[in-house]
Amino acid sequence: MEGFSTAGYLDMELLRFTTAGSVDDGKSTLIGRLLYDSKSIFDDQYDAIKASSEKRGEEYVNLAHLTDGLRAEREQGITIDVAYRYFATPKRKFIIADTPGHIQYTRNMVTGASTANLAIILVDARNGVVEQTCRHAIIASLLRIPHVVVCVNKMDLAGFEQEVFERIRKDFEAFSAQTEIRDVRFIPISALLGDNVVDASKNMDWYSGPTLLSLLESIPIRTDLNLEDARFPVQYVIRPQSNEHHDYRGYAGRIVGGHFQAGDEVKVLPSGQTSRIRSVDFGGEALEEAFAPMSVTLTLEDDVDISRGDMIVGANETPTVSQEVEIMVCWLNERPLVINGKYAVKHTTRDVRCIVKEVQYKLNINTMERVTDDKSVNMNDIACITLRLTKPLVFDSYQSNRSTGSLILIDEGTYNTVGAGMIL
Amino acid sequence: MTLTKSPTLTHLRELESESIYVLREVAAQFERPALLFSGGKDSIVLSYLARKAFAPAKIPFPLLHIDTGHNFPETIAYRDWWVERIGANLLVRYVQDSIDRGRVVEERGFNASRNVLQTVTLLDAIEELKLDAAIGGGRRDEEKARAKERFFSHRDDFGQWDPKNQRPELWNLFNGKKHIGEHFRVFPISNWTEMDVWQYLYQEGVELPSLYFTHQREILNRDGVFLAKSDYIPMKPTETTQEMQVRFRTIGDITCTGAVLSPASTMEEIIQEVAASRVTERGTRADDKRSEAAMEDRKKEGYF
Repeated sequence: MEGFSTAGYLDMELLRFTTAGSVDDGKSTLIGRLLYDSKSIFDDQYDAIKASSEKRGEEYVNLAHLTDGLRAEREQGITIDVAYRYFATPKRKFIIADTPGHIQYTRNMVTGASTANLAIILVDARNGVVEQTCRHAIIASLLRIPHVVVCVNKMDLAGFEQEVFERIRKDFEAFSAQTEIRDVRFIPISALLGDNVVDASKNMDWYSGPTLLSLLESIPIRTDLNLEDARFPVQYVIRPQSNEHHDYRGYAGRIVGGHFQAGDEVKVLPSGQTSRIRSVDFGGEALEEAFAPMSVTLTLEDDVDISRGDMIVGANETPTVSQEVEIMVCWLNERPLVINGKYAVKHTTRDVRCIVKEVQYKLNINTMERVTDDKSVNMNDIACITLRLTKPLVFDSYQSNRSTGSLILIDEGTYNTVGAGMIL
Repeated sequence: MTLTKSPTLTHLRELESESIYVLREVAAQFERPALLFSGGKDSIVLSYLARKAFAPAKIPFPLLHIDTGHNFPETIAYRDWWVERIGANLLVRYVQDSIDRGRVVEERGFNASRNVLQTVTLLDAIEELKLDAAIGGGRRDEEKARAKERFFSHRDDFGQWDPKNQRPELWNLFNGKKHIGEHFRVFPISNWTEMDVWQYLYQEGVELPSLYFTHQREILNRDGVFLAKSDYIPMKPTETTQEMQVRFRTIGDITCTGAVLSPASTMEEIIQEVAASRVTERGTRADDKRSEAAMEDRKKEGYF
């Protein structure tokens, strides 16, 4: 396979993207097409879906079956959960978070979107921008997915007409202008026939932009992370207690913003103590510098009291330290949110408890309207709420840092993860 | 604090960082974790990452090998060498003991395998050692039921997986809270593909078991799966073996691990072969061919 030279592959970047859509949008067909045309489907996988299609009496090999992992999903022809798919080209490795698109699966879309650099939104060329399209755009906006690609699918069923594509583009732009989506691109495709997915369409001369795959391969993603504000949530304290490393005390964690190197002045929050970085270690060796999203171990010049849940930041930086936070929450559980209820909170590496003080409004996720007359927050609802915490959190707004600005709520009886919060 | 150059991380470094983050979460969130070690490349990567994650300290949890007794001798020799090299603590629990105690009944017939029996030995070991987290080398690209697996996968007090009722997993916030008797399976290399594993081992210069490289071996061709000639695999009267030039893409129980015809003798050649391969590595595993939902069913019972 040309291009998979050993050296070349070692140099690839990783792009995580999410696809939201329903069975009818051709989402599974699109993913199947990406995997198939980029030669990421193996013979035994192809044979398995072929047998599976035949067993169901389908006329053609249904590429959609590639993405249906669980038995119930194959039987019912639906996607229940988030499924992760992998493929690589000589330029990039891709992780797809494949999620169902119906409103009752908002929580799955939010889950898939939480780690994505890019969202693919599918629009059926025959139907145009519909309620579901707006919902997907709003979720991409709320979860701050940096790039959105609108694939206008089933162009073959719309006569490959440019006007159809342009009208959908205008409609979507009119809507997305009201959201936080900053980078949006449009591609006319036919997932079924393969037009503009991997290979350029022969049926749409009027489109001169990239195919979906070449866009995925080339869109700049490095700047998606916050590379300015140094943030290091302490995960684990390493103390070898061996003769060789008798006095070693290292703070293990993953850099979630900015950059650290030996000599940097730092501050430990929430205590506010200051020190200087002695070394940035990795795997037992010292690095010259480290940046997000690297996992490293920091040692400091001074003997400071630091434990899991503390955050090391640049000396001049000012993340918020507070016992009250306002968040947009996506509710994930059948049991509705309880106002004045108590929940466990996980934020970076810190565990605290909280009480829900107030529901300010719910969001209509098809229109972005704020709903204030009904404050019941049920599964798949998105709402703005205020939490009062037992101990302070060190945080940034989700807008400026997706790691230090996100948290989950956990039911203290069942230990289920019941809420996903983005700090405002 | 201005940047001297625009930093970029390769996908292998990003995957490495993610996996180390997960391993450290396990050490921080659980009382008694163990890392399941089979001697295969995935568990080699996993234990290698664990050593990096906690250096210069030792790995703060033991490695646990569930031994079917039907091993390639090379695997056991490698295991003992590797454990010494990374300075880890190894525990071994034997399927034979579960059979002797009447916990499981040995399968009979030509395709008999102890692969499924491992589950009982593993669950017994989890109970005996009071483990609250078992770290495994499962990858989501291996098989369709694994594609929906979480990094932190909750198991009830029977050790079972409920795929339709999994905890949502958002950002990098892993919820390891559990009730008494429950445990977690944790999969730090969930996002790696077979290719990533090979490339990473190559990049890091990790020495691997000889079984992964080409060698001459007596092979039994059974229904298209090339099995190693072994006392543990009864042969049908009509079956014969022949000498072949093979290597293994996965290493598991000898009774269900198929070989591939291959001249690849170096890591570079293996990588080229993986890139050009048209069959997934699980395509050589007899255990997954039992039915369309074979893996899903075994995972629900508590398999790795």
